[in-house]
Amino acid sequence: MSYEEKGTWVYLVACLGAYGVYLAIVLGRLASTPAAHVPYIPALLWTTGGSILASVLGRVLVGGPGPGRRSDVRDREIYRFGEYASRWFIVAGAGAALVMAMARWDYFWIANVIYLGFVLWAVAGSFVKLLAYRRGLRPAR
Amino acid sequence: MTKPTRITNSIRALRFTHGEMTQAQLAEQVGVTRQTIIAIEQGRYSPSLEMAFQIARVFKVPLDQVFAYPGGT
Repeated sequence: MSYEEKGTWVYLVACLGAYGVYLAIVLGRLASTPAAHVPYIPALLWTTGGSILASVLGRVLVGGPGPGRRSDVRDREIYRFGEYASRWFIVAGAGAALVMAMARWDYFWIANVIYLGFVLWAVAGSFVKLLAYRRGLRPAR
Repeated sequence: MTKPTRITNSIRALRFTHGEMTQAQLAEQVGVTRQTIIAIEQGRYSPSLEMAFQIARVFKVPLDQVFAYPGGT
């Protein structure tokens, strides 16, 4: 398994773990508090920061010493393909947030639909990249 | 995306006829990772034309002795 493939696994696990923690915290509060008063911002910022830190540290740990951290043109093609294929989740999240803002939904729901869009983008992109690493990548015809 | 490439290659055979060259040695000479050489050998990745020429140059053979593109559908 290449360094970049390991890094993709680390990123996927970090994203899913952070979002799982966020959901556990916020859904617990939502059960007893109206959405407009749920303090979601600290949990959102801490879990986002935590996932970034976990990804960076994880990549350092799985990379091993110098030469093991090499990447090449195939890694870059797979990265671009994954980002291209998963971009619709960002578009969907932004579009949903726009509609919700126009409909005057509470900030809580708008922020969370955007966050969900980012998480789905990251998770879907990672899945596509891992699929490309495992099953192959061929140029579009 | 997930279909194997139709391009076939003789890299594995060429490695063995060139002093049992390892995938790591070939990767080093081409300037890619060993995983990319493995993916090309297994038909999971189609290299760029430039990389294909680089691989052929390592073996000192014409491109069509390394890669083939069978006709038909």
